[in-house]
This record gives sequence, C-alpha cells and structure tokens, in this order.
Amino acid sequence: MTPHTRPDSPAGDAVEIVRVRKEFGAAVGVADVSLTVGRGEFITLLGPSGCGKSTLLGMIAGFVTPTAGKIIVDGVDLTEVEPYRRDIGMVFQSYALFPHMNVFDNVAFGLKMRRLPKAQIEAEVRRAIEMMKLTGMESRRVRQLSGGQQQRVALARAIVIRPKVLLLDEPLSALDKNLRAQMQVELSDLHRKTGLTTIFVTHDQGEALSLSDRIVVMNRGEVQQVATPIELYRTPANGFVASFIGEINALPKARYERAGEMAALVLPGVGRLTAPARAQWSFNDGAEVQAFLRPEQVRPALPGEAGANLLTGTVAAHIYQGSHTITRVEVPGIGLVETRVTGAEIISAHPVGTPITLSLDIGEAVLIAA
Amino acid sequence: MRSFAFWSLVTAILAYMTLPTLVVLMTSVNPTEILAFPSEGVSFQWYEKALTYPDFQIAFRNGLIVTGFASTLALIVGSAFAWLVQRYSFRGRGLLEAVLWSPLIIPHFTLGFGFLLLGGAFGLQQGYVMIVLAHMVLVMPFVTRAVYVSLANIDPNLARAAANLGASPFQVLMRIELPLVLPGMAGGWLIAAVLSLTEFTASLYVTGSRTQTLPVAMYNYIREYADPTVSAVSAMLIIVTTLIMFIADRAFGLRRVLAIDTH
Repeated sequence: MTPHTRPDSPAGDAVEIVRVRKEFGAAVGVADVSLTVGRGEFITLLGPSGCGKSTLLGMIAGFVTPTAGKIIVDGVDLTEVEPYRRDIGMVFQSYALFPHMNVFDNVAFGLKMRRLPKAQIEAEVRRAIEMMKLTGMESRRVRQLSGGQQQRVALARAIVIRPKVLLLDEPLSALDKNLRAQMQVELSDLHRKTGLTTIFVTHDQGEALSLSDRIVVMNRGEVQQVATPIELYRTPANGFVASFIGEINALPKARYERAGEMAALVLPGVGRLTAPARAQWSFNDGAEVQAFLRPEQVRPALPGEAGANLLTGTVAAHIYQGSHTITRVEVPGIGLVETRVTGAEIISAHPVGTPITLSLDIGEAVLIAA
Repeated sequence: MRSFAFWSLVTAILAYMTLPTLVVLMTSVNPTEILAFPSEGVSFQWYEKALTYPDFQIAFRNGLIVTGFASTLALIVGSAFAWLVQRYSFRGRGLLEAVLWSPLIIPHFTLGFGFLLLGGAFGLQQGYVMIVLAHMVLVMPFVTRAVYVSLANIDPNLARAAANLGASPFQVLMRIELPLVLPGMAGGWLIAAVLSLTEFTASLYVTGSRTQTLPVAMYNYIREYADPTVSAVSAMLIIVTTLIMFIADRAFGLRRVLAIDTH
C-alpha cells in the first residue's frame, strides 16, 4: 500500500495546539497547553486518568470545545470547525464499530460520507482490509469478531479516509496482555507504512516508551515534559515525570554543595553522597534538591568496598523476575530503596531480614530542585 | 434432581397461572350450546359462528382501525418523549417522566371515565376519536419504554465515530441512530397494538354502539347469549397474539427491547 501522506499537504507542522484551555465549571481539565506535532510523527499523550489527555484528544477531534486557544491542523485553524468537517481519523477505546453493519460497510462508511465513486470505495476498502489482515471477513457482523479483530476494523475504518491526523484513544487497553504486545508491533508497522501523523493517548508508560517518537507527559491538565522516550527516562524534568516513567527511587530532600569538580548531597541524619559535578546540575551552593535513582543505578556493595556512597540497610523483600531480581532494602533515614541486579544470586547471598550495604551511582542520578 | 416439593410448587404455580385460560380454550370446542365445563366431545362450530357473526366482524375491523391509529400516534409521540428524556436534562424532566408512566398506576376505568367526561365538556361523541385518544394514553408508557431502552443501549461513541468519519448530524441520525432504535420502535408498536386490541375497561366507556371494539362486543354478546362463541374468539385472539409476539421476538429481539433480558 502506498503511504497515505497527502500529496496536497503543506510543509511544516501537522498539528499546532496553541494555548488550549478547557474548563469544566470551576475545574480546569486542560490548562493552557501548547504543543506542535511534526508531519508523520508518532506522539503520545501520557498521564494518569484525569490528567486531561483524553480531553485534549477530544478537542483535536472536535467533540470537546476549548474554553480558549486554537487547534491548527495543516495550517488551517479548526477550532470552530464541526467534527465531521475535520478529516481527522480516530480509533476509540471501545472501538465504536457500527453494530448494524458488517466489516466492509464499517470500513466504507467514511468514504461513502465523502461520496466517492462506488468502484473507488470498493478498491480503497479492499486495500485497507488487506492491510489490516481482515481479508475474508468483509461480510462478518462486528459482534462476531474477537477483540483483536474489532481493533483492526476500527483502525482500517480510520485510515481508509486518509486522515490528516490519526487519533488513538487508549486503543489497546481493552485487549489481553499477549494481544496488546502484538498490537503494539502492528501499530508501529502501520505507522511506518502509512506515515500518518499519529496522536496516541495512553496511561501505560510501557506502550508510550516503545511506540513513540516523542512523549507528552501530562498531569492535572498541564504538560510536565515533552521529550523522546530516552530523554524522558534519563532526564525527567521533575519528580512527577521521574516517578511516572519507569521505576525510580526518590531520596529525601538534601542540601546541594559544590566543591570544585565535586558535588555533594547532604542528607540530614544519613550523611554525604558525592559525585563529580555534572553540567546540568546548575544549582546554587546550599540549594535544596531531591535525587532520583533508577533501581539499576543501585547495586549491592562488593566485599570490602569503601567509599562515600554506601548505605547500609536491611533486606525487606526480594521480587524475582527471572532475568533479574528487584530487592527492596529498608535504609534508616531514607526508607525503602530498590536495587535491580541480574540473576537470582542476591536472594541466597542476602536473605530477607539480614543487613546489606548498597552502592549508589550518584553520578547518574537525576537531581531536581525541591 | 430437585426435590418433590420443588416440582409440586412449580406445577401448582403453572396450573394457577394457566387454568382460567385453559378452561376458556376447552369450552371453545364444546359441542353443546351450554357454556359449561368440563365439556364433552370436540366441535369447531363456535369458531365458525365467531367468524361469521356480524357484530364481531365489525368490532374486529373497528379494533384494527383504533389500534392502527392509537399505536402509531403513540409511537410518534412516545419516541419523541423518549428521545427528549434520554438526550436532554431540563427543568420538569422528572415530572414529565412521572406523567408518562402514570397510566401504569391509574385504573383504566378512571381514564375511560375521564375521557367520557372530557368528551362531554368539549362536545365530543363516543367514537373513534375518543377511543384512539384513550388508547394512546394507555399504550404510551410501553412504547416510550421500548424506545427509551433502545436509545439508552446505543453507545454515544457511535455518533462521535460517525461524525469523525464525516457524517453530518442528520446523517448520523438517519444512518446510525435510527437503524439502531428501529427494532425498539417496532417492538414497542407491536406491544401497543396487542394491548390496544384487547383493552376492555376504558373502551367500555368511550366506544359507541357502532364503534365498539372486539372485547366490548364480546361483553355485550355474553350478556345476551351463553354459548361458547366468546371462548372461540378468545382462543383466536390468544393464538394470533402469541404468533405476533413470537415473530416480534425473533425479528426485533423483543426481550431486549423490553429489558426482560438484561443484555
């Protein structure tokens, strides 16, 4: 199938969201969000439920009217345009397939609304059906389809109209775990084949990390950070992003001290943790900061190891995961610290309830002004 | 295996529910002229008499006319009501709903009598117009409920999905919403028709001698004659109604429409 990139599409950004705001009575659903989505980009709106991501998607589709701001698609201001005149494809969480139509008619619906010639509708629908591996199911009723098949019909129905933008509203959440993993791969393939600008909404950070070119992390109606998955994981902009993306240890608030090339975190009642200062640690001497460390940046100390960044605590639990083990250690003055090590040796070497010394890779930690 | 007591109870309930009808059905094939039970032998002469008796023929035709108008008008008004109540919240919505369900609480004779008094006040004679108006009120809750339930069963995202694919609000109504409530409307109409066709109490007040419906005609007949002709009419009504309901259930999923099945 040829890429769906529209020959008439102008250069520049596909979607511009300009200071969009949505209030529900006194509550703010989306607070002055600005965002640009590049042509052909796969961008994910990620956040906990109620963070405003679905409301933002609804405003792009035209189902929700913004209180303020503009939504511009392919250079055209769509803020006041009716949903049915927007040329934006959408896959709903519940799929919203038309129950009184068969697979073919569901997929053909958008093309019929566009009054295309019958022969062209047939050809386009066949191609979309083939692309979504639904060949042979054209005359099936949608009730007779499995969840995965319904998902494919919903996707075929949305892409067949060659939308300017494809919106995906938590499309994988209704599928079981194995199918979800498979559909992730297929979504990725579909995006590569069609080149469609895609805005994906999810609360699942795993889906977001594996599928997206960029991720928009939202919380309480506000954008927390916009970054590539790798940037987001390595350099979260704040404590919320750090805690929301992947597992992370949040240390208590500490005083930041700078001495030449070295930086130190002074944790009251615990001690000093030190590391060579990093360029992005542009804090004033004495500033209050919070350090975040991934479990893989914490390891059991070697026998006889000495240094500044060692903490001793008691093993609280081991969580065996096959390829690796997560060990939770209760450290006085800090609380639970998780370490992630390869294999299962740690389980026999440090039984639950015995003391363990941990080495913290402070140089890799994320420091955020508290 | 259930216990003997369980099956005895089930049998007793079944017998209690069906016995009166069975008695009527059995007398309808009575060979003698006396409306007696138990009967001796089998004869279909009363069916022949029922079908050829002029009063019943006229009453049946009257009933069809009344039912056709009453059910159809109730369907139109009831669907509009259901749509309003389901889609919009407005002041007085609760009151509107209460009024709409009220025929389920108010005795039929009260309604019939009320229409008779109103007709008197407005110079309206007993006849088709008054019967249709009375029956409309009586069947309205059933039609409205059927349409309301099918509207409530439509996923609101279907309309959004259709709009997203380029359907205007009118196209959404014609291509998505209407086809999906149509079974509910048809089911509601059929129930209304059956209720209207067999309604007696209110009809007794609002029908005239030449506009009497079948149940009224049967009542008038049995006041003069004591032969099993009315039993034969009853039997035929039951058979026709059962057939209609059976077909309606197959075609429109009547159980779902009436929310007897919860899925």
